[in-house]
Amino acid sequence: MTAMAVPLGWYLGLAAALFVIGLVGVLVRRSLIVMFMSIELMLNSVNLTLVAFSRFHGTLDGQVMAFFVMVVAAAEVTVGLAIIVNLFRLKASSDADDVDVLKA
Amino acid sequence: MTTTIATYTGVYGMPEAGSAIDLAWLIPVVPAVSAAVLLLIGKRLGRYAAHVAILAIGFSAVASTIAFTELLALPEEARSVISPVATWLEVGDFEVAWSILIDPLAAVMLLLVTWVGLLIHVYSIGYMEGDERYSRFFAYLNLFAASMLVLVLGDSFLTLFVGWELVGLSSYLLIGFWFEKRAYATAAKKAFVVNRIGDVGFMIAMFLVFSATGSLAFAEVLPMAPEIASGTAVAIGLLLLVAAAGKSAQIPLFVWLPDAMAGPTPVSALIHAATMVTAGVYLVARVSPIYATVPGVGLTVAWIGVATALLAALIACTQNDIKKILAYSTVSQLGYMFIGVGLGAQVAGVFHLLTHGFFKALLFLAAGSVMHAMADETNPWKMGGLRKVMPITFATSLLGWLAIAGLPPFSGFFSKEEILVAALDPPGAQGIWVIGTIVAGLTAFYMSRWFFLIFLGPKRYEQELPGVHPHESPPSMTLPLVLLAVGSAAGGLLNATPASLLRFWDPETSFLSSFLAPSVVPYYGDTPFIPHVPAVAIVTAVAVAGVAAAWALYLREGVDHVALRERLGGFYQLSYQRFYVDELYEATLERGGRGLANAFTTFDRVVVDGAVNGIGRGVAGLATVGRRVQTGYVRSYALAVAAGTVLLAAIFLGGLLNGQG
Repeated sequence: MTAMAVPLGWYLGLAAALFVIGLVGVLVRRSLIVMFMSIELMLNSVNLTLVAFSRFHGTLDGQVMAFFVMVVAAAEVTVGLAIIVNLFRLKASSDADDVDVLKA
Repeated sequence: MTTTIATYTGVYGMPEAGSAIDLAWLIPVVPAVSAAVLLLIGKRLGRYAAHVAILAIGFSAVASTIAFTELLALPEEARSVISPVATWLEVGDFEVAWSILIDPLAAVMLLLVTWVGLLIHVYSIGYMEGDERYSRFFAYLNLFAASMLVLVLGDSFLTLFVGWELVGLSSYLLIGFWFEKRAYATAAKKAFVVNRIGDVGFMIAMFLVFSATGSLAFAEVLPMAPEIASGTAVAIGLLLLVAAAGKSAQIPLFVWLPDAMAGPTPVSALIHAATMVTAGVYLVARVSPIYATVPGVGLTVAWIGVATALLAALIACTQNDIKKILAYSTVSQLGYMFIGVGLGAQVAGVFHLLTHGFFKALLFLAAGSVMHAMADETNPWKMGGLRKVMPITFATSLLGWLAIAGLPPFSGFFSKEEILVAALDPPGAQGIWVIGTIVAGLTAFYMSRWFFLIFLGPKRYEQELPGVHPHESPPSMTLPLVLLAVGSAAGGLLNATPASLLRFWDPETSFLSSFLAPSVVPYYGDTPFIPHVPAVAIVTAVAVAGVAAAWALYLREGVDHVALRERLGGFYQLSYQRFYVDELYEATLERGGRGLANAFTTFDRVVVDGAVNGIGRGVAGLATVGRRVQTGYVRSYALAVAAGTVLLAAIFLGGLLNGQG
């Protein structure tokens, strides 16, 4: 294990902070675009954790995993943006609370 | 006094290869195949359909006769022959073979069924001419005969039961042949349903027989009869009585037979004479080794028979429908047969079955001939004086009338006397003899009324039925009448010698008694409460009195029938309304059944449906509460997901920490 200039805990702390910011963003914001960005933030906080552990353990597994997450995130962006665009065409709004057709 | 019970030999042999007995399976199969052919392509055959059907039943008749002569040629102890045809069922060790049993009893029945059946087929050529379902009628007639032949030839309870059910089916088809008339279709259903009640008795009896002996084949069960526990034997006997009462129209199941005349007249003749109703009598005679072990049950059979005979005879006295009178007379005569087979005089019962087959077929066909001439009129009060116009029908009916009235020396006299003589001996049967004698008088009375009103007296039809010009029927109808008349007149010779009248069961002197001996187990006492000769004289005198009474009432001028009916009042109404038996059944059984059905419907609706609907409503109720969770807002779902994740994380992390700690 190689010595690290910055201790692992700091990376984890930053990642946790980013994750919570993203989570709170998803929960409290109404704009679908912002919620979408918050989700990206959460995914990237996880990427940070993976890379940090990868470096910490000296293996490449975590970094490979991070690449996969990025690919999935990119795919998710295309699908998600398509949904948002279509929703805007339908409702002329990108507010999540305007879409409640599942309300019982 | 002592009661003698004959021993049952129970010896069964195999047929000689290639003999008629070996090939006897063809006897039912040929008419059955003919029925199938006629049902499939009968329409294209047109009037040749009748020829196909007659050839088929004619084949059976000839084959039966050859088999009968072969049986006669065998030594007496080897006359019960079983010829295996096929294996029907094989379940583990249990095997039901489809075999054919030809013994004297079956052979005699074969002759009756095929020959009388053949005559009725021939008669139908003329009677059914122009009917739109001509070929189908002959197909059904063939099927009916084939069913009865399966029944007669069955070597086990099971194969007999197959024929039994087939007879029920074909009678349903034929009674309801003119199903466009609602009443006829109902009569067919009634016959079928009432017969099913008897069938239930038959089936339970079969189960009991199987559990008691481990077999259903007559060849195995009947020799074991004395070993069956007496309680079981009583139950079997009573249940078979229920079955026989259903098919042979005895109290309380006789109500279907009078309605069964809804079918075309040849069908009535077939049902009443050759097939169907004789099945019950045949069954009781067939299992006589079982009845011989429990004479009390036999006595019950006889009492049922005599009660039915009396009831039906009383009803027949006032009916104003020439077929209905004959129908009730059949019920009454079947009662006589039940007396015979019930009291251990199976030969007398079967003897009466044969002679009755002749004269009842004759009378029904004669009634058909009369109806043919009178534009389907059935009320005898609108006829009269047909003697001159229909000489052949008149002359043959005369013989039929003398036979059924029990006047010597015609066939009915011998068979009826033989049955009544059998009722002189057994303890508890004296009442049967007395009532049977009264019924003999009633029979002579109502049959004379039937005969006098139709053929003698003034020609009432000239006023009542203007435009009807009666004529004699075509030869295809009169030929069977003539042949049956010969049987009715001379049928007594089958079992009548002076000795056999004085001592009713006398294997030495009479043909039928000695011939049937291997098949049945007669039992009889030796102390008649009236000597035989005076007893026969009394019965004959009563019958003559019956004829005289009918003459005085219906042939003499100046009898005011309306005033007479009023004077008789209730008695007349009781008889005319058939003792309200149908109404009684309707009020009790039908209404009761309906009530029960309604109760079950209510149970189904309230309890069963209630449970199902209740569960449904409960789920729906839960759902109304549960669906509030679904807000439709993405954030609330997201919150739930997040909370769930936190919860899971907490559980796993907690577990990890605990595991470490």
